[in-house]
Amino acid sequence: MTLTQQDIDQEIAAEHAAYEKRIADGGPVEHHPRRDYAPYRSSVLRHPKQPPIGIDVSKDPELVELSSPAFGERDITEIDSDLTRQHTGEPIGERITVSGRLLDRDGRPIRGQLVEIWQANSAGRYAHQREQHDAPLDPNFTGVGRTLTDDEGRYHFTTIQPGPYPWRQHLNAWRPAHIHFSVFGTAFTQRLVTQMYFPSDPLFPYDPIIQSVTDDAARQRLIATYDHSLSVPEFSMGYHWDIVLDGPQATWMEEGR
Amino acid sequence: MTKIDTRRPETVLPTPSHTVGPFYGHALPFPGGGDIAPVGHPDTITLQGHVYDGAGNPLPDAFLELWGPGPDGELPKADGSMRRDPASGGFLGRNGVEFTGWGRVQTDASGHWTARTLRPGARGRNAPYLSVCVFARGLLVHLFTRIYLPGDDAALAADPLLTRLDEARRGTLIATEDGNGTYRFDIRLQGEGETVFLEFQ
Repeated sequence: MTLTQQDIDQEIAAEHAAYEKRIADGGPVEHHPRRDYAPYRSSVLRHPKQPPIGIDVSKDPELVELSSPAFGERDITEIDSDLTRQHTGEPIGERITVSGRLLDRDGRPIRGQLVEIWQANSAGRYAHQREQHDAPLDPNFTGVGRTLTDDEGRYHFTTIQPGPYPWRQHLNAWRPAHIHFSVFGTAFTQRLVTQMYFPSDPLFPYDPIIQSVTDDAARQRLIATYDHSLSVPEFSMGYHWDIVLDGPQATWMEEGR
Repeated sequence: MTKIDTRRPETVLPTPSHTVGPFYGHALPFPGGGDIAPVGHPDTITLQGHVYDGAGNPLPDAFLELWGPGPDGELPKADGSMRRDPASGGFLGRNGVEFTGWGRVQTDASGHWTARTLRPGARGRNAPYLSVCVFARGLLVHLFTRIYLPGDDAALAADPLLTRLDEARRGTLIATEDGNGTYRFDIRLQGEGETVFLEFQ
């Protein structure tokens, strides 16, 4: 039997209601998705059934996971943060600038760390061989960027507004437009891969991936804010998106930050 | 709103995790991602394994990040894991001399991954280990685990994490020696033989 959007809508609503009940019963706010979120079918066989083993990082300053790999100017080229300049011609689509700050849970900037992004082109097509969507490829757009955060933890990309795309999990399944982000903190425990969305996308209610974040306020933190001050005259629309890394870090490394 | 006001700590809340999806392949993997060991280093070890799902099928769309200390137990501070060529915009590869301690390897079509790195040294009371972060399509939040190497039974017996695990699960964190400095470490995301995953608090 074909899985329909209505089937998925019902599952999303049930998961949301189950979360609301956990909160009403005094459960903690869940900032991240549960790994076993069945409306996103690919999670079904790919989540552990055993609970994770907790490690209290305050007990051991020698943990490998309290430090993080380093990246530097050798790992980046100048045009990596401008996805519209990586080919000989201009990519097709609406140019956008995306900027924000990379922060830790205490609101402190994470400096000099790696931010990687990838995305579909303006037609909703990835430059990836396994992509099945038959929208056109853009020979002037790969959709891959990298940068290092500055001393205020700020990152900045120039790119093209990605298109939404169909993905075949169920009949008429469409992903809202998004940019994938991969970021590092000062501790490997803070590692984060996520997706940034655009304001007021009509596809949000239908998408089991964004809805896997069942907390309404947490879900809003995945959506960038239109920022006119980041729009470049005669060139691009600006979006602001701050990223806050979870995961504990070493409290005895305060100095020199 | 996604402008965080750092003067109001109650607004500083974590950005949720999401899956890497299926299309990271043209963005995140890089040439030499698993060639972490400096060329010709005598403490080089080779690691390999498969990543399996709950039905026992290998994952062709997963990647691992490995992070660990050098043989002296010191954590590297060198950058340069993904050195770039400013002329072509492509990748130069590592310089073969410096040890960054970090690598990224994707599984191939058969779910198999390999990496060459340096044998980690011990830190504090812990037996030597490499930290591993697992990403995959379908995985909404990445998973942390560790690779311990067999051989030093006393160190493994005293390790603060391993001592907390029952015998059957403990084995999922200890690689198997295949000879010639090669070790096998399979990752099972779910079901029988499920790998021990960690949550840092």
